[in-house]
Amino acid sequence: MFVAAFLAILLSMGLALARALSGPTTYDRIAAVNMFGTKTVLLIGVLAFFSGRTDLLDIALVYALINFIGVIAALKLVTQGNFHASHDDRSEAKQGDAE
Amino acid sequence: MIDIIIDITLLTFLAITSVAILRMSNLFAIVMLFGVFSLLSAGLFVVMDAPDVAFTEAAVGAGISTVLMLATLALVKRQQKPHYTEETPQTHRPWLPLLVVIVTGSALVYGTWDIPAFGDPDAPAQTHVARYYIDNALQETGVPNIVTAILASYRGFDTLGEVAVIFTAAVAVLLLIGGRRPKSPATSKDKESKIKPNLILRVVAKFLIPLIILFALYVQFHGDFGPGGGFQAGVIFSAAFILYSLVFGLDSAEKIIPANWLRILAALGLLIYAGVGIASLLLGENYLDYTPLGSNQIAGQHLGILLVELGVGITVAAAMLILFFAFAGRGRD
Amino acid sequence: MIIDIASWILLLAGGGLGIVGGIGIHRFPDFYSRLHATGITDTLCAMLILLGLGLQAGWSIAAFKLALIFMFLFFTTPTASHALANAAAHSGLKPKLSSNDSDKQAPHD
Repeated sequence: MFVAAFLAILLSMGLALARALSGPTTYDRIAAVNMFGTKTVLLIGVLAFFSGRTDLLDIALVYALINFIGVIAALKLVTQGNFHASHDDRSEAKQGDAE
Repeated sequence: MIDIIIDITLLTFLAITSVAILRMSNLFAIVMLFGVFSLLSAGLFVVMDAPDVAFTEAAVGAGISTVLMLATLALVKRQQKPHYTEETPQTHRPWLPLLVVIVTGSALVYGTWDIPAFGDPDAPAQTHVARYYIDNALQETGVPNIVTAILASYRGFDTLGEVAVIFTAAVAVLLLIGGRRPKSPATSKDKESKIKPNLILRVVAKFLIPLIILFALYVQFHGDFGPGGGFQAGVIFSAAFILYSLVFGLDSAEKIIPANWLRILAALGLLIYAGVGIASLLLGENYLDYTPLGSNQIAGQHLGILLVELGVGITVAAAMLILFFAFAGRGRD
Repeated sequence: MIIDIASWILLLAGGGLGIVGGIGIHRFPDFYSRLHATGITDTLCAMLILLGLGLQAGWSIAAFKLALIFMFLFFTTPTASHALANAAAHSGLKPKLSSNDSDKQAPHD
Protein backbone atom coordinates (compact mmCIF):
# COMPACT_ATOMS: atom_id res chain seq x y z
CA MET A 1 0.00 0.00 0.00
CA PHE A 2 2.87 2.32 0.53
CA VAL A 3 3.93 1.79 -3.07
CA ALA A 4 0.69 3.27 -4.35
CA ALA A 5 1.01 6.24 -2.01
CA PHE A 6 4.62 6.78 -3.14
CA LEU A 7 3.70 6.79 -6.80
CA ALA A 8 0.79 9.14 -6.27
CA ILE A 9 2.87 11.59 -4.25
CA LEU A 10 5.74 11.51 -6.75
CA LEU A 11 3.34 12.14 -9.60
CA SER A 12 1.79 15.17 -7.96
CA MET A 13 5.27 16.46 -7.08
CA GLY A 14 6.12 16.25 -10.76
CA LEU A 15 3.01 18.16 -11.74
CA ALA A 16 3.68 20.87 -9.16
CA LEU A 17 7.26 21.14 -10.41
CA ALA A 18 5.99 21.59 -13.95
CA ARG A 19 3.86 24.48 -12.80
CA ALA A 20 6.75 26.00 -10.84
CA LEU A 21 8.91 25.91 -13.94
CA SER A 22 6.34 27.30 -16.33
CA GLY A 23 3.90 29.46 -14.32
CA PRO A 24 3.49 32.80 -16.00
CA THR A 25 3.11 34.92 -12.89
CA THR A 26 5.21 34.94 -9.75
CA TYR A 27 2.30 33.90 -7.59
CA ASP A 28 1.88 30.73 -9.62
CA ARG A 29 5.40 29.76 -8.76
CA ILE A 30 4.98 30.46 -5.08
CA ALA A 31 1.77 28.40 -4.94
CA ALA A 32 3.47 25.56 -6.81
CA VAL A 33 6.47 25.57 -4.46
CA ASN A 34 4.11 25.55 -1.48
CA MET A 35 2.35 22.50 -2.89
CA PHE A 36 5.70 20.86 -3.64
CA GLY A 37 6.73 21.39 -0.05
CA THR A 38 3.58 19.82 1.36
CA LYS A 39 3.99 16.81 -0.88
CA THR A 40 7.59 16.46 0.27
CA VAL A 41 6.38 16.40 3.86
CA LEU A 42 4.00 13.59 2.96
CA LEU A 43 6.72 11.74 1.03
CA ILE A 44 9.06 11.81 4.02
CA GLY A 45 6.20 10.68 6.27
CA VAL A 46 5.40 7.68 4.09
CA LEU A 47 9.13 6.90 3.79
CA ALA A 48 9.41 6.93 7.57
CA PHE A 49 6.73 4.26 7.84
CA PHE A 50 7.95 2.29 4.85
CA SER A 51 11.47 1.93 6.18
CA GLY A 52 10.34 1.39 9.74
CA ARG A 53 12.27 4.29 11.22
CA THR A 54 9.60 6.45 12.71
CA ASP A 55 12.01 9.03 14.06
CA LEU A 56 12.22 10.42 10.54
CA LEU A 57 8.90 12.10 11.28
CA ASP A 58 10.82 14.91 12.95
CA ILE A 59 12.18 15.90 9.55
CA ALA A 60 8.66 16.03 8.12
CA LEU A 61 7.59 18.25 11.00
CA VAL A 62 10.50 20.64 10.46
CA TYR A 63 9.79 20.77 6.82
CA ALA A 64 6.14 21.67 7.34
CA LEU A 65 7.22 24.69 9.41
CA ILE A 66 10.02 25.81 7.12
CA ASN A 67 7.76 25.61 4.07
CA PHE A 68 5.35 28.07 5.62
CA ILE A 69 8.13 30.48 6.55
CA GLY A 70 9.55 30.34 3.03
CA VAL A 71 6.18 31.12 1.43
CA ILE A 72 5.58 34.06 3.77
CA ALA A 73 9.06 35.41 3.04
CA ALA A 74 8.52 35.11 -0.71
CA LEU A 75 5.17 36.88 -0.46
CA LYS A 76 6.62 39.67 1.61
CA LEU A 77 9.30 40.23 -0.97
CA VAL A 78 6.84 40.30 -3.83
CA THR A 79 4.36 42.64 -2.22
CA GLN A 80 6.65 45.01 -0.40
CA GLY A 81 10.02 44.69 -2.02
CA ASN A 82 11.88 44.46 1.26
CA PHE A 83 11.68 42.91 4.67
CA HIS A 84 11.59 46.02 6.77
CA ALA A 85 8.08 46.98 7.56
CA SER A 86 5.38 44.84 9.04
CA HIS A 87 3.33 42.64 6.76
CA ASP A 88 0.28 44.86 7.09
CA ASP A 89 1.71 47.88 5.49
CA ARG A 90 0.13 48.20 2.10
CA SER A 91 1.19 51.73 1.36
CA GLU A 92 4.38 50.50 -0.21
CA ALA A 93 2.70 47.77 -2.23
CA LYS A 94 4.19 47.41 -5.64
CA GLN A 95 2.08 46.87 -8.69
CA GLY A 96 1.85 43.27 -9.75
CA ASP A 97 4.89 41.33 -10.66
CA ALA A 98 3.57 39.27 -13.55
CA GLU A 99 6.45 38.88 -15.90
CA MET B 1 12.11 -2.01 -6.19
CA ILE B 2 10.12 0.98 -5.05
CA ASP B 3 13.12 2.70 -3.56
CA ILE B 4 14.90 2.51 -6.90
CA ILE B 5 11.91 4.22 -8.47
CA ILE B 6 11.92 6.88 -5.77
CA ASP B 7 15.66 7.44 -6.20
CA ILE B 8 15.42 7.77 -9.96
CA THR B 9 12.42 10.07 -9.80
CA LEU B 10 13.94 12.38 -7.22
CA LEU B 11 17.23 12.52 -9.11
CA THR B 12 15.38 13.29 -12.34
CA PHE B 13 13.54 16.13 -10.65
CA LEU B 14 16.88 17.36 -9.33
CA ALA B 15 18.36 17.36 -12.82
CA ILE B 16 15.34 19.13 -14.29
CA THR B 17 15.47 21.77 -11.56
CA SER B 18 19.18 22.38 -12.07
CA VAL B 19 18.78 22.81 -15.82
CA ALA B 20 15.87 25.16 -15.25
CA ILE B 21 17.92 27.22 -12.78
CA LEU B 22 20.64 27.58 -15.36
CA ARG B 23 18.35 28.53 -18.20
CA MET B 24 16.00 30.95 -16.53
CA SER B 25 16.64 34.61 -16.26
CA ASN B 26 14.02 35.65 -13.74
CA LEU B 27 15.93 35.77 -10.47
CA PHE B 28 12.89 35.36 -8.27
CA ALA B 29 11.94 32.11 -9.97
CA ILE B 30 15.53 30.95 -9.58
CA VAL B 31 15.42 31.55 -5.83
CA MET B 32 12.20 29.56 -5.55
CA LEU B 33 13.76 26.76 -7.55
CA PHE B 34 16.73 26.75 -5.18
CA GLY B 35 14.26 26.05 -2.41
CA VAL B 36 12.86 23.16 -4.44
CA PHE B 37 16.40 21.90 -5.01
CA SER B 38 17.07 21.84 -1.27
CA LEU B 39 13.83 19.98 -0.68
CA LEU B 40 14.75 17.34 -3.20
CA SER B 41 18.20 16.97 -1.65
CA ALA B 42 16.63 16.49 1.76
CA GLY B 43 14.33 13.82 0.32
CA LEU B 44 17.30 12.04 -1.24
CA PHE B 45 19.17 12.11 2.06
CA VAL B 46 16.17 10.53 3.77
CA VAL B 47 16.04 7.80 1.15
CA MET B 48 19.75 7.16 1.70
CA ASP B 49 19.01 6.70 5.41
CA ALA B 50 20.90 9.75 6.71
CA PRO B 51 18.35 11.58 8.87
CA ASP B 52 20.67 14.04 10.61
CA VAL B 53 21.94 15.37 7.30
CA ALA B 54 18.41 15.51 5.91
CA PHE B 55 17.32 17.46 8.96
CA THR B 56 20.03 20.04 8.57
CA GLU B 57 19.48 20.30 4.81
CA ALA B 58 15.76 20.80 5.22
CA ALA B 59 16.13 23.43 7.90
CA VAL B 60 19.07 25.35 6.49
CA GLY B 61 18.78 24.88 2.74
CA ALA B 62 15.08 25.25 2.26
CA GLY B 63 14.48 27.71 5.07
CA ILE B 64 17.30 30.04 5.98
CA SER B 65 19.08 30.01 2.63
CA THR B 66 15.91 30.82 0.73
CA VAL B 67 15.03 33.64 3.12
CA LEU B 68 18.52 35.13 2.89
CA MET B 69 18.51 34.95 -0.89
CA LEU B 70 15.12 36.63 -0.97
CA ALA B 71 16.48 39.37 1.29
CA THR B 72 19.31 39.85 -1.19
CA LEU B 73 16.85 40.00 -4.06
CA ALA B 74 15.32 43.04 -2.41
CA LEU B 75 18.46 44.94 -3.33
CA VAL B 76 19.03 43.85 -6.92
CA LYS B 77 16.99 43.86 -10.07
CA ARG B 78 14.62 41.00 -10.67
CA GLN B 79 15.68 40.12 -14.15
CA GLN B 80 19.14 38.98 -14.99
CA LYS B 81 20.59 40.68 -18.03
CA PRO B 82 21.25 38.27 -20.88
CA HIS B 83 24.93 37.74 -21.43
CA TYR B 84 24.94 38.30 -25.14
CA THR B 85 22.84 41.02 -26.77
CA GLU B 86 23.10 42.71 -30.12
CA GLU B 87 25.58 45.29 -28.88
CA THR B 88 27.84 42.76 -27.16
CA PRO B 89 27.73 39.65 -29.28
CA GLN B 90 29.46 36.47 -28.34
CA THR B 91 33.02 36.96 -29.49
CA HIS B 92 34.64 33.67 -28.64
CA ARG B 93 33.71 30.16 -29.56
CA PRO B 94 33.48 27.80 -26.59
CA TRP B 95 34.95 24.72 -28.26
CA LEU B 96 38.24 24.62 -26.37
CA PRO B 97 36.67 24.93 -22.89
CA LEU B 98 34.13 22.28 -23.88
CA LEU B 99 36.95 19.94 -24.87
CA VAL B 100 38.78 20.52 -21.58
CA VAL B 101 35.59 19.88 -19.61
CA ILE B 102 34.83 16.66 -21.50
CA VAL B 103 38.36 15.31 -21.05
CA THR B 104 38.44 16.15 -17.33
CA GLY B 105 34.97 14.71 -16.78
CA SER B 106 35.82 11.47 -18.53
CA ALA B 107 39.01 11.12 -16.52
CA LEU B 108 37.00 11.55 -13.30
CA VAL B 109 34.36 9.05 -14.39
CA TYR B 110 37.13 6.59 -15.27
CA GLY B 111 38.53 7.13 -11.81
CA THR B 112 35.22 6.23 -10.21
CA TRP B 113 35.32 2.74 -11.68
CA ASP B 114 37.81 1.80 -8.99
CA ILE B 115 35.66 3.03 -6.12
CA PRO B 116 33.99 0.22 -4.11
CA ALA B 117 30.29 -0.31 -4.65
CA PHE B 118 27.75 1.79 -2.77
CA GLY B 119 27.29 0.33 0.70
CA ASP B 120 29.98 -2.30 0.24
CA PRO B 121 30.80 -3.66 3.69
CA ASP B 122 34.45 -4.28 2.80
CA ALA B 123 35.13 -0.76 1.66
CA PRO B 124 37.96 0.96 3.52
CA ALA B 125 35.63 3.64 4.85
CA GLN B 126 33.53 1.02 6.61
CA THR B 127 36.22 -1.19 8.05
CA HIS B 128 38.61 1.01 9.95
CA VAL B 129 37.09 3.48 12.37
CA ALA B 130 33.40 3.01 11.55
CA ARG B 131 33.40 -0.53 12.92
CA TYR B 132 34.94 0.68 16.18
CA TYR B 133 32.38 3.45 16.58
CA ILE B 134 29.42 1.21 15.89
CA ASP B 135 30.63 -1.39 18.37
CA ASN B 136 31.77 0.87 21.16
CA ALA B 137 29.92 4.18 20.99
CA LEU B 138 27.09 3.15 23.27
CA GLN B 139 29.31 1.69 25.96
CA GLU B 140 31.85 4.46 26.00
CA THR B 141 29.61 7.49 25.76
CA GLY B 142 26.18 6.29 26.88
CA VAL B 143 24.49 8.07 23.98
CA PRO B 144 22.37 5.90 21.64
CA ASN B 145 22.64 8.15 18.61
CA ILE B 146 26.04 7.31 17.14
CA VAL B 147 26.12 10.43 14.98
CA THR B 148 25.83 12.68 18.01
CA ALA B 149 28.42 10.62 19.86
CA ILE B 150 30.90 10.99 17.01
CA LEU B 151 30.13 14.66 16.49
CA ALA B 152 30.30 15.77 20.08
CA SER B 153 32.67 13.35 21.69
CA TYR B 154 34.95 11.37 19.42
CA ARG B 155 35.46 14.20 16.90
CA GLY B 156 34.89 17.09 19.24
CA PHE B 157 37.71 19.18 17.80
CA ASP B 158 36.10 19.18 14.36
CA THR B 159 32.84 20.41 15.80
CA LEU B 160 34.66 23.10 17.73
CA GLY B 161 36.16 24.23 14.43
CA GLU B 162 32.74 24.22 12.77
CA VAL B 163 31.24 26.38 15.48
CA ALA B 164 34.18 28.75 15.15
CA VAL B 165 33.53 28.92 11.39
CA ILE B 166 29.88 29.80 11.92
CA PHE B 167 30.84 32.46 14.43
CA THR B 168 33.43 33.87 12.04
CA ALA B 169 30.85 33.99 9.26
CA ALA B 170 28.52 36.00 11.47
CA VAL B 171 31.34 38.36 12.42
CA ALA B 172 32.32 38.79 8.77
CA VAL B 173 28.76 39.63 7.76
CA LEU B 174 28.54 42.12 10.59
CA LEU B 175 31.74 43.78 9.47
CA LEU B 176 30.67 43.97 5.86
CA ILE B 177 27.02 44.86 5.96
CA GLY B 178 25.98 45.01 9.59
CA GLY B 179 26.53 48.05 11.65
CA ARG B 180 24.10 50.34 13.33
CA ARG B 181 21.65 52.37 11.42
CA PRO B 182 19.83 55.45 12.69
CA LYS B 183 16.22 54.66 13.33
CA SER B 184 13.79 56.58 11.16
CA PRO B 185 11.47 58.17 13.69
CA ALA B 186 9.00 59.83 11.38
CA THR B 187 7.80 56.86 9.41
CA SER B 188 5.93 55.11 12.17
CA LYS B 189 3.60 58.04 12.73
CA ASP B 190 2.66 58.49 9.09
CA LYS B 191 1.78 54.94 8.46
CA GLU B 192 -0.55 54.41 11.36
CA SER B 193 -3.58 55.62 9.51
CA LYS B 194 -2.99 53.40 6.52
CA ILE B 195 -2.39 50.10 8.27
CA LYS B 196 -4.98 47.44 7.71
CA PRO B 197 -3.83 44.62 9.91
CA ASN B 198 -3.64 41.25 8.25
CA LEU B 199 -5.34 39.52 11.12
CA ILE B 200 -5.22 35.97 9.90
CA LEU B 201 -1.49 35.94 9.42
CA ARG B 202 -0.87 37.63 12.75
CA VAL B 203 -3.03 35.21 14.71
CA VAL B 204 -1.60 32.14 13.04
CA ALA B 205 1.95 33.40 13.52
CA LYS B 206 1.33 34.12 17.19
CA PHE B 207 -0.01 30.64 17.57
CA LEU B 208 2.84 28.96 15.78
CA ILE B 209 5.88 30.77 17.14
CA PRO B 210 5.85 29.32 20.68
CA LEU B 211 5.33 25.88 19.23
CA ILE B 212 8.31 26.29 16.93
CA ILE B 213 10.51 27.37 19.83
CA LEU B 214 9.31 24.40 21.85
CA PHE B 215 10.09 22.11 18.96
CA ALA B 216 13.58 23.60 18.71
CA LEU B 217 14.18 22.80 22.36
CA TYR B 218 12.89 19.27 21.80
CA VAL B 219 15.27 18.77 18.88
CA GLN B 220 18.18 20.13 20.91
CA PHE B 221 17.77 17.75 23.80
CA HIS B 222 16.47 14.80 21.83
CA GLY B 223 19.62 14.77 19.73
CA ASP B 224 21.08 12.10 21.96
CA PHE B 225 18.38 9.61 21.03
CA GLY B 226 17.19 10.45 17.55
CA PRO B 227 18.07 12.74 14.68
CA GLY B 228 18.73 16.20 15.97
CA GLY B 229 21.33 18.06 17.90
CA GLY B 230 22.67 21.54 18.30
CA PHE B 231 22.90 22.66 14.68
CA GLN B 232 19.39 21.78 13.69
CA ALA B 233 17.93 23.13 16.92
CA GLY B 234 19.71 26.46 16.49
CA VAL B 235 18.39 26.85 12.96
CA ILE B 236 14.81 26.04 13.95
CA PHE B 237 15.02 28.43 16.90
CA SER B 238 16.13 31.24 14.63
CA ALA B 239 13.38 30.34 12.15
CA ALA B 240 10.80 31.17 14.83
CA PHE B 241 12.20 34.65 15.27
CA ILE B 242 12.47 35.13 11.53
CA LEU B 243 8.76 34.32 11.25
CA TYR B 244 8.02 36.91 13.89
CA SER B 245 10.11 39.46 12.06
CA LEU B 246 8.43 38.71 8.73
CA VAL B 247 4.92 39.12 10.06
CA PHE B 248 5.34 41.92 12.57
CA GLY B 249 8.16 43.95 11.08
CA LEU B 250 11.88 44.25 11.54
CA ASP B 251 11.60 47.00 14.16
CA SER B 252 9.39 44.93 16.44
CA ALA B 253 11.75 42.01 16.08
CA GLU B 254 14.72 44.15 16.97
CA LYS B 255 12.91 45.29 20.09
CA ILE B 256 12.49 41.79 21.38
CA ILE B 257 16.04 40.75 20.53
CA PRO B 258 18.39 43.70 20.71
CA ALA B 259 21.36 43.43 18.43
CA ASN B 260 23.82 43.52 21.34
CA TRP B 261 22.34 40.43 22.86
CA LEU B 262 22.75 38.54 19.61
CA ARG B 263 26.43 39.38 19.45
CA ILE B 264 26.96 38.38 23.04
CA LEU B 265 25.05 35.13 22.55
CA ALA B 266 27.02 34.19 19.46
CA ALA B 267 30.26 34.56 21.36
CA LEU B 268 28.81 32.87 24.43
CA GLY B 269 28.07 29.62 22.63
CA LEU B 270 31.60 29.34 21.34
CA LEU B 271 32.96 30.20 24.76
CA ILE B 272 30.86 27.48 26.37
CA TYR B 273 32.26 24.93 23.97
CA ALA B 274 35.85 26.00 24.40
CA GLY B 275 35.28 26.41 28.12
CA VAL B 276 34.30 22.78 28.50
CA GLY B 277 37.68 21.89 27.05
CA ILE B 278 39.48 24.23 29.42
CA ALA B 279 37.55 22.77 32.35
CA SER B 280 38.77 19.33 31.32
CA LEU B 281 42.31 20.67 31.23
CA LEU B 282 42.00 22.21 34.67
CA LEU B 283 40.62 18.96 36.07
CA GLY B 284 43.66 17.07 34.93
CA GLU B 285 42.79 15.39 31.63
CA ASN B 286 43.28 16.29 27.99
CA TYR B 287 41.49 19.17 26.26
CA LEU B 288 37.86 18.21 25.53
CA ASP B 289 38.15 14.89 27.32
CA TYR B 290 34.83 14.68 29.14
CA THR B 291 35.78 12.02 31.64
CA PRO B 292 36.66 14.27 34.61
CA LEU B 293 33.40 16.21 34.38
CA GLY B 294 31.32 13.58 36.15
CA SER B 295 31.73 10.90 38.72
CA ASN B 296 32.37 8.17 36.17
CA GLN B 297 33.03 8.14 32.48
CA ILE B 298 29.41 7.84 31.32
CA ALA B 299 28.19 10.68 33.52
CA GLY B 300 31.08 12.83 32.38
CA GLN B 301 30.31 12.10 28.75
CA HIS B 302 26.63 12.93 29.22
CA LEU B 303 27.39 16.25 30.85
CA GLY B 304 30.08 17.09 28.34
CA ILE B 305 27.93 16.31 25.32
CA LEU B 306 25.02 18.26 26.80
CA LEU B 307 27.10 21.39 27.37
CA VAL B 308 28.80 21.15 24.03
CA GLU B 309 25.57 20.78 22.09
CA LEU B 310 24.12 23.69 24.05
CA GLY B 311 27.05 25.83 22.97
CA VAL B 312 26.56 24.81 19.36
CA GLY B 313 22.85 25.54 19.48
CA ILE B 314 23.29 29.00 21.02
CA THR B 315 25.93 30.07 18.54
CA VAL B 316 24.07 28.77 15.50
CA ALA B 317 20.81 30.45 16.52
CA ALA B 318 22.51 33.77 17.21
CA ALA B 319 24.56 33.60 14.01
CA MET B 320 21.52 32.89 11.83
CA LEU B 321 19.64 35.79 13.36
CA ILE B 322 22.63 38.11 12.92
CA LEU B 323 22.77 37.12 9.26
CA PHE B 324 19.06 37.64 8.76
CA PHE B 325 18.94 41.02 10.46
CA ALA B 326 21.99 42.21 8.56
CA PHE B 327 20.61 41.14 5.18
CA ALA B 328 17.06 42.27 5.80
CA GLY B 329 17.96 45.61 7.28
CA ARG B 330 20.05 46.53 4.29
CA GLY B 331 18.70 49.25 2.12
CA ARG B 332 16.72 50.84 4.87
CA ASP B 333 17.63 54.48 5.29
CA MET C 1 -6.90 -6.71 9.13
CA ILE C 2 -9.59 -4.06 9.27
CA ILE C 3 -6.91 -1.52 10.08
CA ASP C 4 -4.93 -2.54 7.01
CA ILE C 5 -7.95 -2.20 4.73
CA ALA C 6 -8.82 1.16 6.24
CA SER C 7 -5.22 2.29 5.76
CA TRP C 8 -5.29 1.15 2.14
CA ILE C 9 -8.45 3.09 1.44
CA LEU C 10 -7.23 6.24 3.15
CA LEU C 11 -3.82 6.18 1.49
CA LEU C 12 -5.31 5.58 -1.94
CA ALA C 13 -7.89 8.31 -1.46
CA GLY C 14 -5.24 10.74 -0.29
CA GLY C 15 -2.95 9.86 -3.15
CA GLY C 16 -5.75 10.20 -5.68
CA LEU C 17 -6.67 13.57 -4.29
CA GLY C 18 -3.05 14.65 -4.53
CA ILE C 19 -2.98 13.70 -8.19
CA VAL C 20 -6.23 15.58 -8.77
CA GLY C 21 -4.67 18.65 -7.17
CA GLY C 22 -1.61 18.26 -9.35
CA ILE C 23 -3.67 18.02 -12.51
CA GLY C 24 -5.62 21.04 -11.33
CA ILE C 25 -2.61 23.21 -10.80
CA HIS C 26 -1.39 22.21 -14.20
CA ARG C 27 -4.52 22.71 -16.26
CA PHE C 28 -6.52 25.53 -14.78
CA PRO C 29 -6.45 28.73 -16.81
CA ASP C 30 -5.53 31.38 -14.28
CA PHE C 31 -3.88 31.91 -10.94
CA TYR C 32 -6.91 32.07 -8.68
CA SER C 33 -8.38 28.80 -9.89
CA ARG C 34 -4.99 27.15 -9.53
CA LEU C 35 -4.87 28.46 -5.99
CA HIS C 36 -8.19 26.75 -5.35
CA ALA C 37 -6.76 23.49 -6.64
CA THR C 38 -3.69 23.54 -4.48
CA GLY C 39 -5.09 25.08 -1.33
CA ILE C 40 -8.03 22.75 -0.93
CA THR C 41 -6.63 19.46 -2.13
CA ASP C 42 -3.32 19.87 -0.27
CA THR C 43 -4.92 20.01 3.15
CA LEU C 44 -7.35 17.17 2.57
CA CYS C 45 -4.77 14.97 0.88
CA ALA C 46 -2.44 15.53 3.80
CA MET C 47 -5.15 14.66 6.28
CA LEU C 48 -6.11 11.41 4.53
CA ILE C 49 -2.56 10.22 4.08
CA LEU C 50 -1.55 11.10 7.64
CA LEU C 51 -4.67 9.39 8.99
CA GLY C 52 -3.86 6.31 6.96
CA LEU C 53 -0.33 6.27 8.36
CA GLY C 54 -1.64 6.93 11.86
CA LEU C 55 -3.77 3.82 11.73
CA GLN C 56 -0.65 1.84 10.98
CA ALA C 57 1.17 3.34 13.92
CA GLY C 58 -1.26 2.52 16.69
CA TRP C 59 -1.05 4.47 19.95
CA SER C 60 2.55 5.54 20.04
CA ILE C 61 4.77 8.55 19.90
CA ALA C 62 4.75 8.25 16.11
CA ALA C 63 1.00 8.78 16.07
CA PHE C 64 1.43 11.87 18.23
CA LYS C 65 4.01 13.24 15.82
CA LEU C 66 1.69 12.56 12.90
CA ALA C 67 -1.06 14.43 14.70
CA LEU C 68 1.34 17.34 15.20
CA ILE C 69 2.30 17.38 11.52
CA PHE C 70 -1.35 17.34 10.58
CA MET C 71 -2.12 20.19 12.94
CA PHE C 72 0.67 22.33 11.51
CA LEU C 73 -0.37 21.63 7.93
CA PHE C 74 -4.00 22.26 8.83
CA PHE C 75 -3.17 25.72 10.11
CA THR C 76 -0.50 26.80 7.69
CA THR C 77 -1.71 25.66 4.26
CA PRO C 78 -4.98 27.64 4.28
CA THR C 79 -3.16 30.62 5.77
CA ALA C 80 -0.58 30.51 3.00
CA SER C 81 -3.34 30.33 0.38
CA HIS C 82 -5.09 33.27 1.99
CA ALA C 83 -1.88 35.29 2.10
CA LEU C 84 -1.18 34.45 -1.56
CA ALA C 85 -4.65 35.44 -2.72
CA ASN C 86 -4.49 38.61 -0.65
CA ALA C 87 -1.14 39.57 -2.08
CA ALA C 88 -2.21 38.85 -5.64
CA ALA C 89 -5.46 40.80 -5.28
CA HIS C 90 -3.72 43.79 -3.74
CA SER C 91 -1.15 44.03 -6.46
CA GLY C 92 -3.74 44.09 -9.18
CA LEU C 93 -3.88 40.61 -10.63
CA LYS C 94 -7.41 40.22 -11.91
CA PRO C 95 -9.17 36.88 -12.23
CA LYS C 96 -10.00 35.60 -15.67
CA LEU C 97 -13.78 35.75 -15.72
CA SER C 98 -14.68 34.47 -19.16
CA SER C 99 -12.81 32.70 -21.87
CA ASN C 100 -12.50 35.79 -24.06
CA ASP C 101 -10.66 37.78 -21.40
CA SER C 102 -6.97 37.99 -21.16
CA ASP C 103 -5.63 37.88 -17.65
CA LYS C 104 -5.88 41.49 -16.66
CA GLN C 105 -8.89 42.95 -18.36
CA ALA C 106 -12.02 44.00 -16.54
CA PRO C 107 -15.14 42.01 -17.36
CA HIS C 108 -17.38 43.50 -19.99
CA ASP C 109 -21.06 42.84 -19.60
